Amino acid sequence: MSPETARNPPESEVTGLNFKETELTLGLPGESRTQAEIVSKNSKRGFSETVDLNLGSSSSSETRGRSQVEEQGESEAPCAGKPPASKAQVVGWPPVRSFRKNALKSCTYVKVAVDGAPYLRKVDLETYSSYQQLLSALENMFTCFTIRNVLNERKLMDPVNGTEYVPTYEDKDGDWMLVGDVPWKMFVASCKRIRLMKSSEAVGLAPGTPAQSASAS
Amino acid sequence: MDSKRRKDSPEEEKKRQVLPFPDEILECVLGFVKSHKDRSSVSLVCKDWYTAERWSRTHVFIGNCYSVSPEILVRRFPNIRSVTLKGKPRFSDFNLVPPNWGADIHAWLVVFASAYPFLEELRLKRMTVTDESLEFLAKSFPNFKALSLVSCDGFSTDGFKVIATHCKNLTELDISENGIDDAGGSWLSCFPDNFTSLEVLNFASLNSKVNFDALERLVVRCKSLKVLKVNKNVTLEQLQRLLVQSPQLTELGTGSFSQELTLEQYSDLENAFSNCKTLHTLSGLSEATSLNLHLICPACTNLTFLNLSDAALQGAELAKLLPNCPLIRRLWVMDTVEDKGLEAVGFSCPLLEELRVYPAEPFELDAILGGVTELGFVAVSRGCPKLHYVLYFCRRMTNAAVATVVKNCPDFTHFRLCIMNPWEPDYLTKEPVDEAFGAVVKTCPKLQRLAVSGLLTDLTFEYIGKYAKNLETLSVAFAGSSDRGMQYVLGGCPKLRKLEIRDCPFGNAALLTGLERYESMRSLWMSACHVTMNGCRQLAREMPRLNVEVIKEDGSDENHADKVYVYRSVAGPRRDAPPFVLTL
Repeated sequence: MSPETARNPPESEVTGLNFKETELTLGLPGESRTQAEIVSKNSKRGFSETVDLNLGSSSSSETRGRSQVEEQGESEAPCAGKPPASKAQVVGWPPVRSFRKNALKSCTYVKVAVDGAPYLRKVDLETYSSYQQLLSALENMFTCFTIRNVLNERKLMDPVNGTEYVPTYEDKDGDWMLVGDVPWKMFVASCKRIRLMKSSEAVGLAPGTPAQSASAS
Repeated sequence: MDSKRRKDSPEEEKKRQVLPFPDEILECVLGFVKSHKDRSSVSLVCKDWYTAERWSRTHVFIGNCYSVSPEILVRRFPNIRSVTLKGKPRFSDFNLVPPNWGADIHAWLVVFASAYPFLEELRLKRMTVTDESLEFLAKSFPNFKALSLVSCDGFSTDGFKVIATHCKNLTELDISENGIDDAGGSWLSCFPDNFTSLEVLNFASLNSKVNFDALERLVVRCKSLKVLKVNKNVTLEQLQRLLVQSPQLTELGTGSFSQELTLEQYSDLENAFSNCKTLHTLSGLSEATSLNLHLICPACTNLTFLNLSDAALQGAELAKLLPNCPLIRRLWVMDTVEDKGLEAVGFSCPLLEELRVYPAEPFELDAILGGVTELGFVAVSRGCPKLHYVLYFCRRMTNAAVATVVKNCPDFTHFRLCIMNPWEPDYLTKEPVDEAFGAVVKTCPKLQRLAVSGLLTDLTFEYIGKYAKNLETLSVAFAGSSDRGMQYVLGGCPKLRKLEIRDCPFGNAALLTGLERYESMRSLWMSACHVTMNGCRQLAREMPRLNVEVIKEDGSDENHADKVYVYRSVAGPRRDAPPFVLTL
């Protein structure tokens, strides 16, 4: 990895190998010649830039690496070595056997009970990707409610009689939890059933300070 | 008793008398030599030893079913009782090999039926086995004892009906990880009432309900049962009834662990697990709730292998469980335990030798949350200096972390790191992860198996070629910059036996560099690389003792060799190749 090699890509007389090919650059693996040439052309500019390129200092190489991905995204990818334009699923990757695919794919339908409603509903948590979506869906299901964000706690309100409902859920351990504390995915994995509890009954469940999970959307 | 040889001529007999001890004694002594490598060495000493070895061998292991033919096998070894056969290339586990590729057991069974009528054991991996073959097996070998099918296909549970009915001396039925048609669980009822010899029963990977009454009666009457692994359809309540009947179990695979139990049921189960004093392996536990997880604690005192890869535990649950298992040597978990869970492993498992962390959501492309990272890896290495086998699926890794891990655990023999997004660089520095694997091969001289991933240039392979002198198996995906990468490996790793490559920029030059190597290897797999048909043809031309096969995909470029499988063989080209496999 000496800068010398990078600066003067020699051609080996014996093997006819162009050492440009073996040059250690931050070009993405398996990319076409033209991309590699772009990178190595830059390497002829000067020692310091070469060092940046080859020894991988963070910022310049990072942006270079990224822009290469975007550039390549458009062009037709050869059989190997190019990152796909979009993160499409690759056959047989990651290398897990198919019986492991279904690890977490147990039923994600959960019952939703509303205090005072004559019957329950079921929702498939997998169809939502955030708390906001779930609550909107619940709002639609029990059409009398609107979502009201009170002090960052999510509550549903029945505008007709002014009753507030707090969404709670039962987790895998059998405990009743307030909806919204944990990251969305963790919630989906641990939620067994949902209950919209009347606010008046929710004493002790609602946290003293507002729920702050920034990542949960 | 072994069958007798024909009489030797008088001259040969005289020659023989010069030997320090007669052949019968040599054969007897060699009977104690079990390892295949040792037996191979023995057979190379001289003709007499070769002869003695072949007469005394009772177990044969064939790593590639196409490397030899059944006829050649039975001609050399007349007294085989146990056969282990592996078929398809390993990447077939990940759907890279089209169906009906081959590796059908039937032709072997036909030859065995006449040459080895006293065959007792058959262990198959990645082979195709039809129900007809299972029936043929059950009816052709009266002494048949042990059947093990791992990652096989082509059969249904109907095939087990015949096995259960006809194999009167069956001791082992081990079905794992197969893609099969589950035609229901009535096969368990086919074991006759006077059948009591079963010692190993593993049907954990089957999906259908089984007849529980039949299962219970089977467990009751098979007093020698040591290994019992049931499937998810067996409830906790049912498990309790089985455990009560079989406290002598050494390996247990539970069914579903999510049932809501009454106090009484819970207490009964606690007692049942307390009675399992000899358990050393535990698996299953699917959908285990925290509450139910505690049931296993009394059975964990002597546990050496805990397989939690079907139980999506959280870190805290694992942390509570592990202190009950002080003797753990092998631990398999799902990445739902996250780094916190792995920290607990570092604290609680000082004897740990093997760790596997499987991804709960492997195909979740944009997963940011969840899973394990480089931190968990380092945490384990700090607390588990004896760690020598790791399989680690993660979404981020750093060069520094891996260097730390191998510094803490220099005895790695198997290092399989899978950074799940292809071409993923070092998470902190954004550099390639060349130095990570460089550290592995430089620090771990005993390394036998390596799987690489992440953003890798040819430098990784230069390191591997230079330092990994004991490497036998190498798996590469989405890595390397040029032919040089593969050339470094082929030029450098003297003990390499299996090389499997996918989606790398290695072409004909790289393929042909290995001309001299492939005959000393079991096989080479290259898919979605830059190899062409002409390159393969050239390889086939120059190395006639290799089988060079190309699997052609529909609609691919005529000249491109989509999937290449090269292996040494004394049996010549395959006679059963399907139309999409071209033998060059």
